[in-house]
Amino acid sequence: MPSPRYWREVPGRYRLEAGRCEDCGKVSFPARTICPSCRGTNIASITLSRRATVVTSTVVRVPPDEFLMEAPYAVALLDTPEGARFMAQVVDCEPEEVVPGMEVELEFRLIRKEGDTGIRCYGHKGVPARTQP
Amino acid sequence: MREVAIVAAGMTRFGELWESSLRDLFVEAASDAMRNAGVDAVDDIYIGNMSGGQFVGQEHLAPLMADHLGLAGVGATRVESACASGGAALRLGYLSVASGMSDVVLVAGVEKMTDGADATQVLATAADQETEAYHGITFPGLYALIARAYMERYGATEEDLAWVAVKDHAHGALNPKAQFPRKITVEDVLSSTMVSDPLRLLNCSPVSDGAAAVILVPLEEASKYTDRPVRIRGVGQATGSMALADREDPTWLDAVAAAAERAYRMAGVGPEDIQVAEVHDCFSIAEVCCIEALGFVERGEGAAAAREGLTALGGRIPVNTSGGLKAKGHPVGASGVAQAIEIFHQLRGEAGERQVEGARIGLTQNMGGSGASAVVHIFERV
Repeated sequence: MPSPRYWREVPGRYRLEAGRCEDCGKVSFPARTICPSCRGTNIASITLSRRATVVTSTVVRVPPDEFLMEAPYAVALLDTPEGARFMAQVVDCEPEEVVPGMEVELEFRLIRKEGDTGIRCYGHKGVPARTQP
Repeated sequence: MREVAIVAAGMTRFGELWESSLRDLFVEAASDAMRNAGVDAVDDIYIGNMSGGQFVGQEHLAPLMADHLGLAGVGATRVESACASGGAALRLGYLSVASGMSDVVLVAGVEKMTDGADATQVLATAADQETEAYHGITFPGLYALIARAYMERYGATEEDLAWVAVKDHAHGALNPKAQFPRKITVEDVLSSTMVSDPLRLLNCSPVSDGAAAVILVPLEEASKYTDRPVRIRGVGQATGSMALADREDPTWLDAVAAAAERAYRMAGVGPEDIQVAEVHDCFSIAEVCCIEALGFVERGEGAAAAREGLTALGGRIPVNTSGGLKAKGHPVGASGVAQAIEIFHQLRGEAGERQVEGARIGLTQNMGGSGASAVVHIFERV
């Protein structure tokens, strides 16, 4: 992808910056300019903690070509204590071990490479938390 | 607004149709529909197509299709709403006739998916690119996330999901246009390759080529074209959050529920009045969630419906008598129109071995992405 498209997303992907609506409290990640819950525009920037819980999960065994070398890999919806929910891979364990209720820590990782000459795309992945509930 | 009726239909067989190009598929289905209506011209064309650009490199396909149909000159528009493109095109065709703008409208859907593109990648463009596809999710993956959430919440099993595919294939075995016109067993499903846990290959609709077309006219003029018109009585379209993570409850298809509510209100009927339905079973779990959002069953009861025979031919509400996207095939842009064709045949009493006896009111539900767009139509025999 062209680099501007990539660096526009850096606040969320690198720094876990989310938006909290000052009117209704809804947290959006990545941050939005209009609150999807109340349409308020008074959005405060917050930083998500690096801990999350698996809401639901799957193991992708038939990936898009670009992720061919990664499969099988676990993808999950994660909830953070701030009330943000987002999608991420969960790694550093067998993908089948990623199940709802699992606690993960968020680590900065390589997400994808765009061929030999494209840019390397980073972001966050979940890894099993050292203490499970 | 004028009342609108479907007076004719045409479609290709669905499948891996290597001999046919995108334009061949469209021309075959559209000519078939026009011949069945006895018309050699139309006022307006709407074509549902998800991704001619990515599948075969062809954007701007509405004029191309009109040209190859021998109708260059007519107004033609390509309509895109991912896998709901066909349903969205039908709604615009309806509006074109209902508004009085056009008297004879061709609504078609077409997709050519087997010409070499990475279908998994192309379909994934219907997900949120920055927050979903970026992380390597696929469409089976998105529906697998819904399936696991559903199983956690309601205690549904892989066997429940298998029954949806078994039921659809039993119906599809009776449909000569189906890509896979043969029965399968629960054991076949449960032993098929895992694609994205907990969804297996036989929980997934196939990659398909195909086209479907219908002719719409004002109801009051329908008798000029057929003695058995089918009236479009309700139309509803809605959107929901694009990303699955942004839905309040990943197991609830709020856009489908909203589209259904609008269509029911317009038609003045409720889910209990529907006698036959075609719903968007791109994956087994999708049919489960759709019949809940349409109000055919209570929340949490969708998974048992196929296993208990509720949604099979002969059941309380037969769903996907055509075989559904699962067995009939899912050329994505064509599916919404093909759904309408199955109901058209059912309400005219010409569905052969698949006929739901005495069916008078039917429904179609088509959706895009992981449920971010939804279109519902309600039809009535007149």
